[in-house]
Amino acid sequence: MLRLVVRRLLQLIPTLLGLSVLLFLWLDRLPGGPASAILGERATEAEVARINRALGLDQPIYVQYWRFLKRIFQGDLGTSVQTGQPVTDEFFLRFPATVELSLLAMLIAVAIGIPLGYLAARKRGGWLDVGAVSGSLVGICIPVFFLGLILKEVLAVKLGLFPSYGRLDTGINATDVTGFAVLDGVLTGEFDASWNAIHHLILPAVTLASIPLAVIVRMTRASVLEVQDEDYVRTAQAKGLKQSVVRGRHVLRNALLPVITSVGLLTGSLLSGAVLTESVFSFNGIGNFIKTSIDGRDYPVLVGFIMFIAMVYVLINLLVDVAYSIIDPRVRVH
Amino acid sequence: MRIFKTRAARAITAAVAVGLIATGCASERDSDNESGGKKDTFVFAGAGDPGSLDPALASDGETFRVTRQAFEALLEHESGGTKLVGGLAETWSSNDAGTVWTFNLRKGVKFHDGEAFNAAAVCANYDHWFNWKGTYQSSAVSYYWQTIMGGFAKNEDPETPEANYKSCTAKDENTAVIEVKQPSANLPGGFSLNALAIHSPKAIKEYEKQEATAKGDAITYPKYSQEAGTVAGTGPYKIVKWNKGNKEVTLERFDDYWGEKAKIKNLVFRTIDTEEGRRQALQAGDIDGYDLVAPADVKTLENEGYVVPTRGVFNLFYVGMSQSANPALKKKEVRQAIAQAIDKENLVKTQLPEGGKVADQFMPDTIAGYSKNVTKYPYDPAASKALLKKAGAQNLTIEFCYPTEVTRPYMPAPQDLFELMKADLEKAGIKVRPKAMKWAPDYLDATEAGSCALHMLGWTGDFNDGYNFIGTWFAGFDKQWGFKDKKVFDAVNAGSKMGKAEERTAAYQKANEVIMDYLPGVPISSSPPAIAFGKNVNPPNVSPLTQEVFAEASFK
Repeated sequence: MLRLVVRRLLQLIPTLLGLSVLLFLWLDRLPGGPASAILGERATEAEVARINRALGLDQPIYVQYWRFLKRIFQGDLGTSVQTGQPVTDEFFLRFPATVELSLLAMLIAVAIGIPLGYLAARKRGGWLDVGAVSGSLVGICIPVFFLGLILKEVLAVKLGLFPSYGRLDTGINATDVTGFAVLDGVLTGEFDASWNAIHHLILPAVTLASIPLAVIVRMTRASVLEVQDEDYVRTAQAKGLKQSVVRGRHVLRNALLPVITSVGLLTGSLLSGAVLTESVFSFNGIGNFIKTSIDGRDYPVLVGFIMFIAMVYVLINLLVDVAYSIIDPRVRVH
Repeated sequence: MRIFKTRAARAITAAVAVGLIATGCASERDSDNESGGKKDTFVFAGAGDPGSLDPALASDGETFRVTRQAFEALLEHESGGTKLVGGLAETWSSNDAGTVWTFNLRKGVKFHDGEAFNAAAVCANYDHWFNWKGTYQSSAVSYYWQTIMGGFAKNEDPETPEANYKSCTAKDENTAVIEVKQPSANLPGGFSLNALAIHSPKAIKEYEKQEATAKGDAITYPKYSQEAGTVAGTGPYKIVKWNKGNKEVTLERFDDYWGEKAKIKNLVFRTIDTEEGRRQALQAGDIDGYDLVAPADVKTLENEGYVVPTRGVFNLFYVGMSQSANPALKKKEVRQAIAQAIDKENLVKTQLPEGGKVADQFMPDTIAGYSKNVTKYPYDPAASKALLKKAGAQNLTIEFCYPTEVTRPYMPAPQDLFELMKADLEKAGIKVRPKAMKWAPDYLDATEAGSCALHMLGWTGDFNDGYNFIGTWFAGFDKQWGFKDKKVFDAVNAGSKMGKAEERTAAYQKANEVIMDYLPGVPISSSPPAIAFGKNVNPPNVSPLTQEVFAEASFK
């Protein structure tokens, strides 16, 4: 197990290096630079040239890349062009928001998706199955931003049940300890702040959960249908084991293996889904910041954030592999 | 059946619980920020985060919207207007040459940190800016200082403009004298910029301990400008918190303010990036007002009872022509044909908010220097066709760039504006090759480099001086336009060095006539960017310069 973890962590190094080269090549191909994004209509050729010179953006791309590598090894990801603050500060300011959002979205997707998929398989052909299958089709097809806009218009604007934007209400007394608004409220005893943060999370999380929920429902259903016809399930039933044991230990446990893998991959993809969701709800997470960074050609933020996300993605997959090997010991043997 | 009932009961209970939680929170939200039954917090949403709490380091409207409430300059614009009036200076005067400016300062003014305002404080500010070094000399940091006063005591980059600022003298406790080397069209208007607002000398001493650095690929702003606590002005509100995680800046009424105190205790600026997000937040009751309302939303909001006051116009929207991108544009007949092909009336009527006006020159009619005698080019497709024939350009094909994913105060819906103009041009027989580009930086870079034959851009004035408009475009060769015409350049620059505002006005009028005779592009319109407030709000006087003072706002 330890060897697996170490091997996977070492694989991170060439992955991140390769990614950084690709990112620089991509950024080099993009038209325009940050200077005119900073100056807007006020940009003149001379002003743009002065800013580019000051920031070293007039240097060849390999010089900029070398400078970037040197900084990385000093633990410095650079400074955001938009905010003038270190990229790492900007990342840790927003990362907790996206983690909270993604976790709640995944919690919703798993808590509803697995039981629903399981029940749909057991009641195959029944109204629950038809409803789950067609509902998941809608969940996959409907664009995230469109769903977000509809939920916001109906539940926040028309009915006033949820806030329409942001992470916390204005005037909420919230002490920032970890950056995780929900957790901070619990740690400091400011439970109203925790609750307020959850209240703000619900609509974006439901929006973000739509695709993973649909995928999990369909995958669980298909997997349970496949497993429940396996010989070992019939054997277990023939042995006279209780139905709850057969379903829990033999059907569900085996059926969940592919679902767990997909949960890992879906968690990674939530980070990209967050770009649209956070934008719709003006939620100050990394997704929203990446969007504004693309608009503003904020290269240091784009490179830093994308590498962070890649690292998170790799780590999530590592966790999935570890979880997989716990659930299915055969993986460890191989 | 029993199981079903139990499950159904559980589901209903869960649904009710979620509903109660949601409504519980909603009612909790409704009672937020109220003391004694009256709301004491005003929440206003802008489209972007401020960049700095020190306005001297900024050049963007979102920063100034916040800092304007906390910092005041020597001169201000009248509430809701464009006329210069006393700010921290009660009166002011200059010598005939316009090089020595004397300010009689307001008495009894205090900074937020308790320091007294006086002539020494004024000079501490101007000398602080003049002596900026290192990264502070980058135009990304000190744009407005360089625009108004040129460079610094010791310029570190040969490209930095030469300093026009000479000195500031505290003649007595309440008289400050600022001297410049040359008369400038930017004065006295520049003294009203929030970027040149006066800070507490004690705060300045703290500022000077901190560096702005250009490390890596960007500029790092000094810490004092990124968190509340150090900055101190004299405005009706003081900045108490900048919560970047929640994208909000909180200000609190300054009880020692010299003028009329703010009517609402707390003022919060929040960022909601999208137009529909801001509208929805207002309709949901989450905010009390927002700026840059989409023109299409104005009527809806008014019908629903929201307050949507109309600002005066102080901007200009134009179609630019780059003669280097398409040589056919070198012929005046072709430029005139394009001007006469565009139905400006229709654009204003259908695309711009109420209060929009057709433009016939490169400055709005609210600016001193506007001329009634410019050559006009009325909409006339037949005349346009005839002009093209005369120029031998009957088969003219022209590239027309327009920006996407952007709303500007002067250009609320670029794509719709483009589509109408394209149809107009085609009606006159001009073939249009559309080129959609992302606003920043692609579009801005392309227009600045002069690679778009036709393009749409505009400008919102900083203060009431014509050079702030025509000097921006036609003071010399600019790739955006791609032409060299000494007559135009000389006419535009004639006014810029005149010390007296009245003399400048006459010079600008003449310049406008010369420009419109040459016709480098097509001025289209001036329009007020819409702003909206909640049903229970008495809004502040709205400003053509988008310089609202929120201390004037109150709840009904």
